[in-house]
Amino acid sequence: MTSTVVENKSFSLKLFTSVFIVFWLLIAAFPFFWTFWGSFKVELDFFSKENWMNAITGIRTFREHGEHFTGAGYEGAWIQEDFWKAVINTALVCLFVVCTSLTIGTLGAYALSRSGFRYAFWLLILALVFRAMPPITLVAGYLLPFFEWGLWGKLSTTVVVLVAINQPFTLWMLHSFFQKIPKELDESAMVDGCTNFQAFRYVILPVMWPGVITTGLFSFLLAYNDFAVTAMLLSKENQTMVPKIASFLGTTQTEGNVMFAVAAVVSAIVPLFFLVMFFQRQIVSGLTAGAVKG
Amino acid sequence: MLLFIFLPIISVVTQSLHIDHEQVFVEVENCDFFGCKKAMAVDTEATEQLRAEQPLGRFVGLDNYFNRSHLASSEIATAWKNSDSFGEFYDQVYNLPLYRAIIFTLVYTFTVTPLLIILGFLIAIGVNSLHRHLKGFVIFFSLLPMIVTPLVGSLILFWMIDSRGIIGSSLQHLFNDPNLSLKASTSLTWITLMVYGVWHSAPFAFVIFYAGLQTLPQDTLESAMIDGASRWERIRYVVIPHLMPLVTFVALIQLMDNFRVFEPIVGFNASAHATSLSSIIFSDLGGESRLLSSASTTSVLTILGVIVLLSPVLYRTWRDWERKV
Amino acid sequence: MNPVLKKTLVAAGLMAASASAYAGCGISAGNVNIIGNEFPAIQTIGAGAVACAGDGVEVKANLTKEHKDLQVPGLTGNPAEYTVAIVANSSIVPLMNDGLIRPLDDLIAKHGGNFNDKQKISIGGKTMAIGFMANAQHLVYRKDILEQAGIEAPTTYEEVLAAADVIKEKGLMKYPFGAAYAAGWGIAQEFNNMFLGFGGEFFKEGSAMPNINNEMGVNALNMMKSLTDHMNPDFLTLNNNEINAEWKAGNVALMQMWGSRAGPLLDGEGSAPGIADNTILAAPLTVGGGSIPATTLWWDGFTIAKNISDEDAEASYLAMVNAIDPSIMNAEVAKQAVWMIDGYEPTPASAGVFATINAGAKPYPMIPYESLLHTALGNELPDFFSGKESAEKTLADVEAAYETAAKEKGFL
Repeated sequence: MTSTVVENKSFSLKLFTSVFIVFWLLIAAFPFFWTFWGSFKVELDFFSKENWMNAITGIRTFREHGEHFTGAGYEGAWIQEDFWKAVINTALVCLFVVCTSLTIGTLGAYALSRSGFRYAFWLLILALVFRAMPPITLVAGYLLPFFEWGLWGKLSTTVVVLVAINQPFTLWMLHSFFQKIPKELDESAMVDGCTNFQAFRYVILPVMWPGVITTGLFSFLLAYNDFAVTAMLLSKENQTMVPKIASFLGTTQTEGNVMFAVAAVVSAIVPLFFLVMFFQRQIVSGLTAGAVKG
Repeated sequence: MLLFIFLPIISVVTQSLHIDHEQVFVEVENCDFFGCKKAMAVDTEATEQLRAEQPLGRFVGLDNYFNRSHLASSEIATAWKNSDSFGEFYDQVYNLPLYRAIIFTLVYTFTVTPLLIILGFLIAIGVNSLHRHLKGFVIFFSLLPMIVTPLVGSLILFWMIDSRGIIGSSLQHLFNDPNLSLKASTSLTWITLMVYGVWHSAPFAFVIFYAGLQTLPQDTLESAMIDGASRWERIRYVVIPHLMPLVTFVALIQLMDNFRVFEPIVGFNASAHATSLSSIIFSDLGGESRLLSSASTTSVLTILGVIVLLSPVLYRTWRDWERKV
Repeated sequence: MNPVLKKTLVAAGLMAASASAYAGCGISAGNVNIIGNEFPAIQTIGAGAVACAGDGVEVKANLTKEHKDLQVPGLTGNPAEYTVAIVANSSIVPLMNDGLIRPLDDLIAKHGGNFNDKQKISIGGKTMAIGFMANAQHLVYRKDILEQAGIEAPTTYEEVLAAADVIKEKGLMKYPFGAAYAAGWGIAQEFNNMFLGFGGEFFKEGSAMPNINNEMGVNALNMMKSLTDHMNPDFLTLNNNEINAEWKAGNVALMQMWGSRAGPLLDGEGSAPGIADNTILAAPLTVGGGSIPATTLWWDGFTIAKNISDEDAEASYLAMVNAIDPSIMNAEVAKQAVWMIDGYEPTPASAGVFATINAGAKPYPMIPYESLLHTALGNELPDFFSGKESAEKTLADVEAAYETAAKEKGFL
C-alpha cells in the first residue's frame, strides 16, 4: 500500500493536503447541498431576488405554507406531472444502453486488440472522428429518416442512437484494457482446447470484469444525462427525466414551474448517489486493472 | 455500426457541399384575425419541380466553407487590406461569427484541459494520502460535479452566480465592488464558463489518475526513497512518468469534449459574450430557420479541428501500433 | 362523398346532443396525431381532440417545447407522422415554404364547424389554418410605484425613460424597467417590436433584400440602448422567465411582457405581497411619435398535413374542430389564453392583448425569410449592447449575416 511511502509525511504537508481536500469537497459538493436544501423552499426563497439568505431562513416558505420546509415541489413533480413515468423510461433506456454498448464494446474491442491488421487502427480512428461530430448535428440529420421509417419517438430508437454515440468511447476504453491483457492468456486457453469464443468467455472476461464495470458506468452516465438526443427523438409519453425536467422550465410565452424542476433534479440525483456508492470500489479497481492507456 | 458511423458523416459532408434550391416567389394576401396584408410567399409547386430535378439541392462546391458564416475568405482579405494595424485586423476578424467561435473554443479548450488535468492530479494525490476510511466518502463527493446533468447543474449555478445569488454576492463582498456582475462583462463570463468547465470535468481526470496511482510500482518508489529522493523528486521522476499514459488518455477525451463545449453556454445564457462552434451549429439548426447546410459545414470544420488537435496523440498511437505489428 | 360516411355524418348530426355521438366527434375512421407547443391553452385543445378517440379512431398528441424542430421533419414523410400541427404565425412559415400543409377550404365546405369567419387564416386566398387564440407583448406596470413617483402611466417609450428616471431619483427602485433582452430570439424580437414602432419595413418591397440598416433601425437600437440604462446590468442574459421573477419579487415597475404570462402575475401566487394587486396590464407603447404600437400580434391555430390520406385529414379536421368548439369555454379555460373563440368572455388577464389589438398593432410577419432575419438579429445585436460596435456597423453585420443565410436557403 501507499501508506508505507507516505508514513513520514511532515505535519505541514499533512495540513496542506487536508485543507486542499476540504476546500475541494466544498467546491464539489456545496451546490448539491444548496440545491437539496432549496428544493424544500418556495421559488421566491430559493431564487430570492432580495437576499440569498432567504433560501436558508425560508421566510416566504413559512408565509405560504406555515412551515419552513415544504414538499410542494416534489408533490408537483411526482404526482401532478407524473415524473415517475420519466423515471421508468430513463431506467429502461439506461439498462439497454449499458447492456448493448458493453456487449458490442467488449466483443469489438477484443477483436480489435487481437487483430494485427492496420485497418483495425483506422477503425478506431474513425470511431474517434465520429465522436468528434457534435451530437446536435447528428440528431438533426436523424430526424427525417426516423420519421419516414416510423422509428421516431420510440425508446428503442433512442437506445440505438445513444449506443452509437457512446460506442467510440466504449471501444477506446475497453480496447486499452484488453491491450493490457497478454495474448499468451488466450493462447494458452486455446491450447487447452477452448474455441476462440470460449477463451473470451471463460478466460478473458473474468479478468476484464472490473474494466467492463467501469466502462459500463460511463455509458450509464451518458445515457442518464443526455439531453440533445432524448429531447429530440422521444415522444412525450416516452420522455426520459432530463427532457422532462427541461419541460418544467416554461417557454418564451408561458411560465413554467421552476421548483418542480429543482425537486425533480434532486430526485434525479438520488439514484446516482446509490450508484456511485455501490460502484465506487469497482470504478477504482476497474481502472486499476486496465490502467487506461491512450 | 457502420450505418450509424459512416452514413451520418457522408450525409453531413454532402449536405455541406450543397445549398437549397432557388425559391420561386409569388405575392399573396395573408389574412388573419388582425386584418389582411400583402406579402411574399414561396410558390411551392414551382419550387417542388426544381427540387424534383435536383433532390440534393444546388451543388456549390466549397462555397459554403468560404462564405461569411464560415471561413469568410473575402471578408478576411478585405479586412487585411483595409486595416492599418494588427489590432484593427483582429477586431474585424473577431466580428466574423466562425472566427469568434473558434477563438473562444480554443481559449476554452487550452485553458480548461490543462487546468483540469492538474486539478484532477492534485486531488488524486491528496485523496490517495488520506486515511482508508475517509477515502470512500471523499471519492463519492468528488464525483458529484461530473455526474450531474450539465443542463440542470448550470441552471442552479446560473442563479448562484447572479449578483444577488450566494456566490455572486460573496464575490462582491470579497472584491468590495457592489456593482460586480459575472454575467454582464465578456471577460468575466469567459472566466465563469472556464471555471465551470474545470469544475465539471476535474472529477473525470481525478478518477482515472487515482486508479493509476493504485498501480504505482512500490519497489521503484521504495528504491527511490532509499536513494534519498525527496517527496517532490519522487513525484517528478516516479509518479508522473507512471501516469503519463493516463494523462494522454484524459487529454485525448477532454480536448475533444472541450472543443465541443456547448451546454454551459446555453445553460448560462452566455451567447452574448461567448459562442463556440457547437453553439453556432445549435443556433443554425434551432427554431424556424433550419440552416442545414450551414450547420453541416460548421460540423465538418469541427471534425477537422478535432483531428488537427488530436494529431499528436494519434501519431503516438499509430507509432505504438506499428511497433506492435 | 362516400355514402357510408355521409350516412354516419347525418346520423352524427342528428344525435349531436347524445353523449355517444359526441365521443366519436362524427369521425368514422382514421388516425389523428398532433404536434404543438406545450402550454395550458394548447394542452386544453390537445385534450379536446384526444377526447374524440375511440371506435377505431386513434388520436394522439405530442405537445412539446421542441415542436419547432420536430414539425418540419414530422410532416415531411409520406404518409407524414403528424396529421395536425398547432402553429403560430412564425411557425406556420416553414410548413408553408415546404408545402407541407393542405388548404382547408374543401374540409370546411364539407364538414363546416362551429367557428367564425375571422378565425380562418388565409394565405393567397386559401384557408391554411384555423386560429383559436391571440397573444402579444405589451406594457405591464406597477400602479403603486407610479403613484409614489407621482407620474401617469406611460404610453410611449419616451415616457417610460422619463418615468424610470423619476423612479430611480426618488430611490424607489434601482432598475425600474424590465424586458427580455437575452441574446438570441428575445433581443431580436424586441428589436422587431421597436423597429415596427418606428414605422420600419423589414424587407425591400417585393424582394427578400433586408431593409433594416436605415434611420429607423438606428433609432430602434438607440432607444433600446437608452432603455437598458434602466435595466438590470445582466440584461443580455435575462429571458422572460427571469424578468417575470424580477417582477414577482417587486424589483421592476415597468415591463414589456407577453399577454399569455399575465394570468399568473395577476393571481399573486408566488409573488411578493402587494405586487399582484398593483399589477396593471396596459396597452403597448408607441415610440418616436409613431401611431403604430411597438409590438407584434401573434395567433395560434391548427393546420392539417398535406402528405396524409384524405380519411386521416378528415378525421384530423373533425377532431380539431371539436377541440376548438365554443362549448369548451368555462371559467378555467377562459383564464388560459386570449381566445378568439365565440362565447369567450374576456378575463382581466386579457386586457393587455385586447388593448394591443385595438391599438392597431401589426401581426408578426408571415414571410418566408423572416425567421432568417430574426436569427441573424439575435446573433449580431448583442455586440451593439455590449458596446463593441456602432449601431450602423451592427445593422450592417445583421444584413450581411442574413444575406449569407438567405442565399443558402435559395431566397436570394
